[in-house]
Amino acid sequence: MSRKLSLGMAVNEALRIAMETDPDVILMGEDVAGGGDRKGDDVDEMGGVLGTTRGLVKAFPDRVLDTPISEMGILGTAVGAAATGLRPVVELMFIDFLGTCLDPLLNQAAKLRYMFGGNARVPLTVRTVTGAGMQAAAQHSQSLYWITAGIPGLKTVIPSNPADAKGLLLSAIRDDNPVVFCEAKLVLGVSGEVPEGDYEVPIGKAKLVRGGNDVSLIGFGGTLPICLQAAEQLASDGIEADVLDLRSLQPLDEDAILATLTRTGRVVIVDESTPRSSVASDVAALCVDRGFDSLDAPVKRVMAPHSPVPFSRVLEQAFLPSAARVVEAVRSQV
Amino acid sequence: MDLTRAELLEAYRKLRRIRSFEDKLGELVVAGKMGGFMHLYAGEEAVAVGVCTQLGDKDTVTSTHRGHGHCIAKGVEIAGMMAELFGRATGVCKGKGGSMHIADIERGMLGANGIVGAGIPLATGAALTARIKRTGGVAVAFFGDGATNQGAFHESLNMAANWKLPALYVIENNGFGEFTPTEFVVPVKDIAVRADSYAMKSLIADGMDFFDVYAKAAEALAYCRSGRGPVLLECKTYRFAGHFVGDTLVYRDKEEAEDWIQNRDPLQNFETQVLEASLVEAEALRRIDLEVQEEIAAAVESAEAAPWPDVAETETDVYVEDGG
Ligand SMILES: Cc1ncc(C[n+]2csc(CCOP(=O)(O)OP(=O)(O)O)c2C)c(N)n1
Repeated sequence: MSRKLSLGMAVNEALRIAMETDPDVILMGEDVAGGGDRKGDDVDEMGGVLGTTRGLVKAFPDRVLDTPISEMGILGTAVGAAATGLRPVVELMFIDFLGTCLDPLLNQAAKLRYMFGGNARVPLTVRTVTGAGMQAAAQHSQSLYWITAGIPGLKTVIPSNPADAKGLLLSAIRDDNPVVFCEAKLVLGVSGEVPEGDYEVPIGKAKLVRGGNDVSLIGFGGTLPICLQAAEQLASDGIEADVLDLRSLQPLDEDAILATLTRTGRVVIVDESTPRSSVASDVAALCVDRGFDSLDAPVKRVMAPHSPVPFSRVLEQAFLPSAARVVEAVRSQV
Repeated sequence: MDLTRAELLEAYRKLRRIRSFEDKLGELVVAGKMGGFMHLYAGEEAVAVGVCTQLGDKDTVTSTHRGHGHCIAKGVEIAGMMAELFGRATGVCKGKGGSMHIADIERGMLGANGIVGAGIPLATGAALTARIKRTGGVAVAFFGDGATNQGAFHESLNMAANWKLPALYVIENNGFGEFTPTEFVVPVKDIAVRADSYAMKSLIADGMDFFDVYAKAAEALAYCRSGRGPVLLECKTYRFAGHFVGDTLVYRDKEEAEDWIQNRDPLQNFETQVLEASLVEAEALRRIDLEVQEEIAAAVESAEAAPWPDVAETETDVYVEDGG
């Protein structure tokens, strides 16, 4: 059985299942309860700034913790709690705020196990909203998953649809490693069929969402709908595209990337982030390094420019990758 | 209070300008004419105006996501602000910054800020500049109660107190951080006591009363300017609207909110006091109301007619091009 849910509500459902099935799972963050349940029933809780955790504090009053606006404290506390027996899920409202709390992830969560010779586990999940598209401007719109994906010891996942979101989040929470779970603004409100019940989507496995033999469009999170839109347009011109949803940025499903490359010989990677040290560059390097013999055209990246995210609607639209730019990139290859 | 009639009218004009500006923005966002996250300052006007009327262009201010009031109080032109909020090329930041990043360096406005607490160390740095360059200026950081739970707040206060910097830290304690009541996340009632940990002077003001804020800020600024070190000023206030436009306010006690809005409105409060003391006449205030309304209507009109930025602007201003 399944029904339609938004990605945000699929996340909510996964959190509920995780907390029901494991008493060690706790939820911490700014406004995750949101003033709920403490003044009595007449005061409802907001459940996070985008309402994603609504209703959870009522179900688990002792395990849903509103925190002060203290990201360094929140993340650091969660790492300590994770290393000593809890399984915290932290909400970092926007990934941009990583700027205020990188150390607990970079130098603590990611490294304890290694530094302690394998004698620690940090089963921490950090849920965070990424990307542009809401005119939220330079400090609330960045796609910084390339930072966490580049830190050994951390995993980073980014679903493109509600069903994957639910399964990936359950996997992330149950993973004994620290996992950064990205909710891309471009798909956060999009609805889709979500299976009922408890299920996991494995971390590290990409998914082929459309089959075609002429070109491979590789996207993830908010760029997946852009890839699909471009694939439609290309199909009407007789170009059939494979569309691969990475879903996990670290670990990266290298086999799936090379498989589609081998099938089509042409690769376009669509990534919302800025280009330097990016996931797209990493995938492109992989294609050249291990897929060179199968390539029939230069690997193309459709990305944001090397600049902060602008506020103005017209500039933000120009900043974001678009189906038109993907189609243009494909045309340049054939 | 040693304010002249002209100064009182100017203060009222700023209070009214902020209120009307914010009310207009609320309408524009609801009507779908303006995008982005919009945090309104209505209710807190006495804080920005009470402090900023005592500042000049060589004094620096840093602000927050709720920054329009500080910008207006510091003298930023509302036409340029409005155009910025509409994302137009004629905006004070060319449409690149938006609501949370309005800035005007020439007016000593070092920016609204999207990162809670981030303006506090920036103001500390501006105070350091003032000290080292002997400008005689002070730096003022405005920030919410929520921001005082950031390490940046504590680290800055310690540095400023230790270096005796000319910095004024103004807490706008409106009782909430987003939807979470302050008392849920802060164990002290008066956040001003946090200054004690840094051997720093602190004051508490009624943030709904322009005259109280003015008096406390005057004392604090005199202290800063005399070289004795920084001051922490806590203003108890209330935001009349939601955290942002679109906030459903389910978490807020309706009666409590009504009490603040009906009985403690800083504009009403100002008016009652100046009329009772016969310092200005009601007609003068009504005239200002009308002038401000026209000024804002004109700002909206010119902003809506202004050109969009050229898309090539997406990639300019990332680096200094002529200074490398
Ligand atoms: C570092 C950081 N964390 C969280 C947020 C999200 N956020 C924006 S405003 C806000 C509440 C701020 O509360 P306060 O400082 O009291 O200011 P107020 O909104 O009440 O004026 C939060 C949590 C942010 N912008 N930056």
